[in-house]
Amino acid sequence: MKSHTWLKPAIFILVLLGVWQLVVFLHPQQLLPGPWKTALGIVDLFPRGLIVKYIVASVFRVTWGFSLAVLVAVPLGLVVGWYRRAEMALNPILQILRPISPLAWIPIAILWFGVGDLAAIFLIFVGCFLPMLLTVINAVQSVPAVYINAGRNFGLGPVPLMRKILFPAIIPRLMTGLRITLGIAWLVVVAAEMIAVNSGLGFLIVDARNAGNRYDLVVAGMVIIGVVGLLLDNWVRSLERSHALCWGFEEKQ
Amino acid sequence: MSSSASARAVTAAEPPMPGLPIKLRTENVGMAFLRDDKTLPVLENINLEVGNGEFVCLLGPSGCGKSTLLSAMAGFLRPTSGAILIDGEIVRGADPRRIFVFQERGVFPWLTVEGNIGFGLRKLPAKERAERVGHYIQMVGLEGFEKSYPHELSGGMKQRVEVARALAVNPDVMFLDEPFGALDSITRMVMRIELLRIWQAERKTILFVTHDIDEAVQLADRVVVMSARPGRIQQIVSIDIPHPRDISSPRYLELRDGILSQIGLAHRL
Ligand SMILES: Nc1ncnc2c1ncn2[C@@H]1O[C@H](COP(=O)(O)OP(=O)(O)OP(=O)(O)O)[C@@H](O)[C@H]1O
Ligand SMILES: [Mg+2]
Repeated sequence: MKSHTWLKPAIFILVLLGVWQLVVFLHPQQLLPGPWKTALGIVDLFPRGLIVKYIVASVFRVTWGFSLAVLVAVPLGLVVGWYRRAEMALNPILQILRPISPLAWIPIAILWFGVGDLAAIFLIFVGCFLPMLLTVINAVQSVPAVYINAGRNFGLGPVPLMRKILFPAIIPRLMTGLRITLGIAWLVVVAAEMIAVNSGLGFLIVDARNAGNRYDLVVAGMVIIGVVGLLLDNWVRSLERSHALCWGFEEKQ
Repeated sequence: MSSSASARAVTAAEPPMPGLPIKLRTENVGMAFLRDDKTLPVLENINLEVGNGEFVCLLGPSGCGKSTLLSAMAGFLRPTSGAILIDGEIVRGADPRRIFVFQERGVFPWLTVEGNIGFGLRKLPAKERAERVGHYIQMVGLEGFEKSYPHELSGGMKQRVEVARALAVNPDVMFLDEPFGALDSITRMVMRIELLRIWQAERKTILFVTHDIDEAVQLADRVVVMSARPGRIQQIVSIDIPHPRDISSPRYLELRDGILSQIGLAHRL
């Protein structure tokens, strides 16, 4: 029974790999390495130990940028979502900042922090902060009035109300927001590393191209980025499923 | 709602059951909401006195402002005109001495049964808190479900959690807004019996909103019949049948039919 859950995707992936190999075989001059060469590229990366170092470097930056963004955005979002006036005051700025791609901050990041970890972490922070803040503000504003009234009825002032009612009430939506934001962080880190640092998976890709057009290593890097991203996503999903956090997912609403 | 002149609006405050000190009074309470740039009058001239320990039901057609009146009494809304006084003081906000019981929707889904019932007892030492929680869990018959989350409970059980959470902080007044409306008829009967038992044991002042005439006549010392919007007090009926009430006795049927014709009249207005 269980085998069926992975059997179909596995077959599908094999078919895709086959098509990929076939296309490369028919157009050898197109400079795209086939799956076989890519696999060899991945193998090639391991003995040098570089790949582990690069993965660790990327994950390290994502952890810092993402965590800082969450730690600032969640309390701020609770306050801003709760006080309508704060939201009205802040909203124009948020709406202007929102459409600016985090990558547009790259020159400023380098200006402020130089080439290095801090610049990359800053870029990830910028990319994660606004989506997280907007998620929290939205979630707070859609907390059912009964919970807030009940909290007030039991004598909670503003701060306890945020801690004991608003925060737990938004956790289900917060978890979804965290998952999406972590995805953004993983997108941003690769781009940041292409420009602002000399290590990490993003750097691996530009470096492989610059140092001798090793497109097998470029695609190998892309595959590794995909796999690590998938693992991160699965990790947050497993948090969503943990009981203390999941009340909203089991509710039949 | 058009020919309000023909409604027999009672303007003088209706006194509570004789012999009870006054717990809550409303003085000419009026309420209007702003909707589409127009003011929508929802309550007009509500004058009511509720005695300490009295069980009063508010009964009226849907949309007549029962929930609005109850929310104003609990301090969630400010009346547009008039005043609401509890213990002689004007109500200015929510207060743990007066707990509002929302249908089962007010139970916090992120807390266990224990967590919910102990929610209002944050300031007590852990041991005393656990004792109080245990006492009320037993009172509402939820032993064995202490660690359950609300989504694991039935509607009736969630309702009991809410009632227990309210009782645990030992309020003087409880406001219940159609607390049993979402329950099946058998559970509803059981809950009424339990509520009466608790009320007789603890003697809270209870204001209970319902649009079920039988429920009102089974529970209340007095039934406040309200007219369609803008809600006014149309009549106040004292239910002079001692508990436990025989719901097939002639007096019960007489009172129920009297209110029924009042409501019928209300619908024709
Ligand atoms: N916050 C609000 N803003 C605008 N109008 C409101 C608001 N709350 C209630 N109303 C209106 O006031 C009227 C009375 O509402 P209320 O909920 O008090 O009625 P009710 O007697 O409790 O009805 P039901 O028996 O259906 O619960 C309704 O017409 C409703 O649309
Ligand atoms: Mg109502």
